[in-house]
Amino acid sequence: MTKTDYASVMARKGDIMLSSLGIDYGPFMAHPVMFDYEALMGLVPYDIEQIRQVQASAGVGRTAMIELRQITRLARKLAPKGKGARIFVKDEAANPSGSYKARRAALSLHHAEQAGFKGVVTATSGNYGAAVASQAARRGLDCVVVQEVFDSHGIGQPEILEKGRACEIYGAEVAQLSVGPELFYSFLRVLEETGFFNASLYTPFAIAGVEPLGFEIVEQMQEATGAAPDVVICTHAGGGNLTGTARGLRKAGADQTRIIGASVDLTGLHMASDTDFNRKHFTTGHTGFGIPFAGWPDRTDVPRNAARVLRYMDRYLLLKQGEVFYMTEALARLEGLERGPAGNVSLAAAFALSQQMDADQTIVVQETEYAGAGKQPSAQLSFARDRGIEIFRGDCEAEKPGQNVIIPDKPERLRVRDVDMNKLRRGLVKKAVAMVKPADRDDRLLEFLAEETRLSHAEVSALI
Amino acid sequence: MTSLAGNWVQIHNIVLAPEERPNTLPAETRAVPLEMRVKGWQVTDSAEIGDQVSIRTVLGREQTGKLIAVNPEYGHDFGRVIPELLAAGDELVAMMRDIPKER
Repeated sequence: MTKTDYASVMARKGDIMLSSLGIDYGPFMAHPVMFDYEALMGLVPYDIEQIRQVQASAGVGRTAMIELRQITRLARKLAPKGKGARIFVKDEAANPSGSYKARRAALSLHHAEQAGFKGVVTATSGNYGAAVASQAARRGLDCVVVQEVFDSHGIGQPEILEKGRACEIYGAEVAQLSVGPELFYSFLRVLEETGFFNASLYTPFAIAGVEPLGFEIVEQMQEATGAAPDVVICTHAGGGNLTGTARGLRKAGADQTRIIGASVDLTGLHMASDTDFNRKHFTTGHTGFGIPFAGWPDRTDVPRNAARVLRYMDRYLLLKQGEVFYMTEALARLEGLERGPAGNVSLAAAFALSQQMDADQTIVVQETEYAGAGKQPSAQLSFARDRGIEIFRGDCEAEKPGQNVIIPDKPERLRVRDVDMNKLRRGLVKKAVAMVKPADRDDRLLEFLAEETRLSHAEVSALI
Repeated sequence: MTSLAGNWVQIHNIVLAPEERPNTLPAETRAVPLEMRVKGWQVTDSAEIGDQVSIRTVLGREQTGKLIAVNPEYGHDFGRVIPELLAAGDELVAMMRDIPKER
């Protein structure tokens, strides 16, 4: 009988992952570091038009682009004369499961169906679970979601409880776990028990599914303004959102558009801590995922992660929790749009960045998400306040994650803070080089790492 | 409370005891077990809260565990107004009234 203890299952993880993906990763694992990224993405046997057709037939995509005229006016009031770029938002909440994640799920599950799987499994904290469950329901596939929900007291924050409920309403079986990275062990066990497809967020299908989002942005901005946007801001966690959007922008010919990542700054809170778990007021789009995934993508449930942000990200900005809640309020009060948390991280960045850009330039915030019970600042901050987190007005710069949330006392407080991208890039190069024997550190490795990080050959060479 | 077969219930299992958890975890996480909760239709004829029961999940998979709730509430809601945010919204609306509308 197959052993199901922790060590035995983890020892089989390579085999379990391979048999549950319907993708041959063999050619991409021959070298400890190097692989042909475009060939990996090339495993998706559809061009962007075909992907759009697959998604359209699943009710996904073609969401509205909305200009945020009031928020732009406010940015211009605060900005120096001639500054204040126009801000637009892509209303991805209109997708079937209420977020852009439906795009990733639609193509992944199309692939799973084609490959003959009867069901799908996904390990996710949130919107992606609902997206997979929704797309599985449409296709008559079984769906299991493995979700980290509770701390050791059985308490989950409202946003996470809502995301779990959403999975259930679409007919998924939800395994609700307490805090810990061994969620991966439970996930592997479900894959083994069921023989279902691993609907990972990080397969080439899950990334290619986002490309139409970038493509649509260019089409819609050309119609609205006559040009591709100057800046697109993506809320960044695992990297698929930014990677897929950037690839779609490039495929639509927008090679001058700057691609900026934005995350909520949760510095100091440990992602695997039972006590920190409910002291984070954002469940994704934060630095707990964003920084490690940017600096080393291959830490997921697939042998090679197709989401590789350093290949595409021009700049990476951090926002305070209080700033994002403030912009969520502004979006509702000034634009009449109540939307969930994820896109509002990018919106807060857009508001600050707009004031530094020329008034004839444009910024696209590339997602919104639905706002069901539990997802509002009122829900998340009531929960926080009940648990002793201080909430007050002031200068967000002093915010301490896990202790307080500082709501800006005036809109001038919102600002951009750059992550040192070169530090992330150099960290990736150093880690990669350490995995390769000195004799094998050749020009091909140098070329690969230069593409992987967009550092110059000279910079990579100096690190090797 | 007695729960009968056919009820929609929630069960609980310990996936990993503290000593089975990796030692790379933060101490506070490693001090507690990894727990799992799953919902399904009760298969066991009759059980009290705390009893071991069998359930059939929405996918028809049979699982066993400790019965912890019968038709548990979701419970999450909209919370209460956050006065600090409401005040910020009011200020923004007032501020906009002072800015001339663009054509």
